[in-house]
Amino acid sequence: MYRYDEFDSRFVRERVREFRAQVERRLDGSLTEDEFKPLRLQNGLYLQLHAYMLRIAIPYGTLSSRQLRQLALIADRYDRGYGHFTTRQNLQFNWPKLKDVPDILDLLADVEMHAIQTSGNCIRNVTADHFAGVAADEVEDPRPTAELIRQWSSLHPEFSFLPRKFKIAVTGAEHDRAAIKAHDIGLRILRRPGTGEIGYEVIVGGGLGRTPMIGKVVREFLPRADLLSFLEAIMRVYNLEGRRDNKFKARVKILVHEIGAEEFRRRVEQEFAALDGPSVNADPEEVKRIAAYFAPPPYEELPERSVKLSIAKAAHRDFARFVETNVFAHRVPGYAAVTISLKPIGGVPGDATSEQMRIIAELAERYSFGEIRVTYMQNLVLPHVRNDELFALWEALDAAELATANASLVTDIISCPGLDYCSLATARSIPIAQSLSRRFADGARQREIGPLGIKISGCINACGHHHIGNIGILGLEKNGAEYYQLTLGGDATENAALGERLGPGLAAEEVPDAVEKIVNVYLQERSVGEEFIATYRRLGIAPFRQAFEKGVEGDQHAAH
Amino acid sequence: MPLIDATGFKQNGFARMTEGCSLPAGDVILPLEKLSTWREEVFSRGDRVGVHLPNTARVDEVWPLLDDVALVSIDFPSFADGRGFSLARGLRQRGFFGVLRAFGPLIADQMRHALGCGFDEVETPEAVIVRQPISQWRAALETITLRYQRGAGNGLSILDRRRAAREMGHRRFHSGLALARE
Amino acid sequence: MAAPKKPPLPVILMANDLIDGEVVFRTATGWSSEPREALIAGNAQAADALEAEGIAEMSRNKVVDAYLVDVVLGENGPQPRHFRERLRTLGPSIRPDLGKQAQSVIEPRGVPHVSL
Ligand code: HEM
Ligand code: SF4
Repeated sequence: MYRYDEFDSRFVRERVREFRAQVERRLDGSLTEDEFKPLRLQNGLYLQLHAYMLRIAIPYGTLSSRQLRQLALIADRYDRGYGHFTTRQNLQFNWPKLKDVPDILDLLADVEMHAIQTSGNCIRNVTADHFAGVAADEVEDPRPTAELIRQWSSLHPEFSFLPRKFKIAVTGAEHDRAAIKAHDIGLRILRRPGTGEIGYEVIVGGGLGRTPMIGKVVREFLPRADLLSFLEAIMRVYNLEGRRDNKFKARVKILVHEIGAEEFRRRVEQEFAALDGPSVNADPEEVKRIAAYFAPPPYEELPERSVKLSIAKAAHRDFARFVETNVFAHRVPGYAAVTISLKPIGGVPGDATSEQMRIIAELAERYSFGEIRVTYMQNLVLPHVRNDELFALWEALDAAELATANASLVTDIISCPGLDYCSLATARSIPIAQSLSRRFADGARQREIGPLGIKISGCINACGHHHIGNIGILGLEKNGAEYYQLTLGGDATENAALGERLGPGLAAEEVPDAVEKIVNVYLQERSVGEEFIATYRRLGIAPFRQAFEKGVEGDQHAAH
Repeated sequence: MPLIDATGFKQNGFARMTEGCSLPAGDVILPLEKLSTWREEVFSRGDRVGVHLPNTARVDEVWPLLDDVALVSIDFPSFADGRGFSLARGLRQRGFFGVLRAFGPLIADQMRHALGCGFDEVETPEAVIVRQPISQWRAALETITLRYQRGAGNGLSILDRRRAAREMGHRRFHSGLALARE
Repeated sequence: MAAPKKPPLPVILMANDLIDGEVVFRTATGWSSEPREALIAGNAQAADALEAEGIAEMSRNKVVDAYLVDVVLGENGPQPRHFRERLRTLGPSIRPDLGKQAQSVIEPRGVPHVSL
């Protein structure tokens, strides 16, 4: 894991001191609310429906046990004993008081954390593949790149008052677990064919929100050394040319769309050529310095197969099922990555209590070199667990009610906070997730259905990624009541696709039945081993729409 | 409007030529569209010429006009509109060595952004200074003393400092070797 | 989030306390965290006065996001007509142990519960 050097530490403390002064100046009237708002947002502080909300960055989703314990402490001392892990590898506290926030930030700085640029019209918390350093399909660990970008983007003097927010994601793997095509900039680390040189594919102009778009490639291969100057070129073109007349058209995706990917690319290349690259880029030594922190932990040499694991699986069916769904292959023989689902049946997706945080911190120390990952699925991962110890870990998780065996299944639902917390919401989203989770609670049925991503947003801003959910649910309002619109066929992976609208909106109570009908069509129509999304691609939306509209057919299928 | 630089208030040596008014005496900041009309006259008086740019100006288009221009003032219609920051950096990158002034309702907290992008000074409305006295501008600069970005503003960035530390380390290492050999 | 057009009468004035963020209601004498204590404006003149007080209180750095909310009058006092504002008088519907609903005498009802 990255560790702060003296500069990083001082930098974060300076930012805390600055924010402390900004709060004081807000209270004494030196800053108006209009002036203070962008400043507090740039430090992750929102005003929500019931209270302030503080969003803490978990850069590229990597946490240590010590950090997680500190988050638990903050939850107890300054919040209501819980936190919400988001799709953007952040943690949100829903009840902090403005006057306490500087103290919270100091507690974060104690463990090398901060809330810098987790909101506001600036470059946001950089996200990365949560299986970084673990996945076998990885060209290179994306975290050193993400850390370099985190540093470069922090309090950037030029790019702190952009037209709109700006999100960057990095992956180093073939299989895209970071949704890079749904970000303002997506970076994919790759090897140049022929030479084997490492560099980046640069994708710009993805995003969700009210005009969802899939990013376009603006550079097929960017040499590693040019990363920061190329990013500056993109940011400068966007800062100067991005629309500022309409906040809903201000994202870079709209600029790319309006002038065309070709023209955008031309302007970026022109700016890049004019930039004095060497004066902006990081030294190769600096890149190496950062990368050294992400060296693999001291793995033991272990056999590929674990007898202990096989015996435990044979003896405990629930454990065997957990292994089937929540354990991910590790590239090092004898190890595995374990998903700790924050989606218990009927629970609030992504919420963890301080007690759970402490337990997970403890288990990470015991079983995973003290390391935890936060996934965009709003779950946690212990990335390096010995196969031999999986059973012991599972028993401990089970005792703490943290062993829900549903990773990637139909109850592993992504949901934004919706109208239960969010001031922009048009409808609630968490209760929908809860009712669907209860409807599909049966484990055997979930496994029979297989991987199926349901994603729910409480308004058009799409924080719950509904556009890229296999089944997407969007909460809206009509005539003073909440209603929900379903989309099908969205996909967050390297085959990124936006869902298609199924039909007219539904009342909250009707959503579980409708989802069940869709699932039943799939079960009826799928070929052997075919996942939901593949069946959908093969058949198109028509049969699903038919079942949705008639309802009758779906019910018949449900009967057998 | 008050003029502030990294050290505090500053005397404003330039007068602005405003819409519908005649050319003021002394050093003058001309609106971009008046630059070609009046620049020779100002030069011929022996006064300095400045130009005020909207934040939509393009570096490529204005660059050829900046010969002998002593000051460029860049418009900030609101403090949240950051285009002027990029424009300033673009001009500095091209090699503009004159004075760069940010003009508009910037707040004390943005002094570091302005300096980091190559501005020398900020001209902000009196109303801002009433709420945010000069002590707050100075305090803001003293609070954030570090930055990561290379090639932005004066002084060494964190990345440059790390490089310097590395080079020191090398030198110490090598001189250590030399000592050991002796 | 202040709605630009005037809400139907009667109205109350809601805001968030600047320092702690809590949802507060304008009373005859100041601000209260209890919706029952909210001052109710039943005519246009009273509503305008209430709105003006909201603006003044914002510029005094006491509250943020002050705006008028239309209500129905019930036994427990004024209740916002719109479900969004109703939620703000209660707390998160999924956590009855949190927010105003947890501490006060108000019954967490009036917001349709999603039970399936
Ligand atoms: C609770 C307060 C929140 C507010 C006020 C908020 C606000 C917004 C807004 C306005 C957008 C639309 C941006 C645009 O289209 O230009 C957006 C997008 C998004 N937000 Fe949030 N959000 C909140 C919480 C969250 C949470 C909890 C998550 C993660 C679970 C999240 C993740 C995202 C993502 C992934 C997007 C869409 C991707 C994109 O930016 O295109 N947000 N948010
Ligand atoms: S999607 Fe809408 S309701 Fe959900 S968190 Fe984002 S802004 Fe709030």
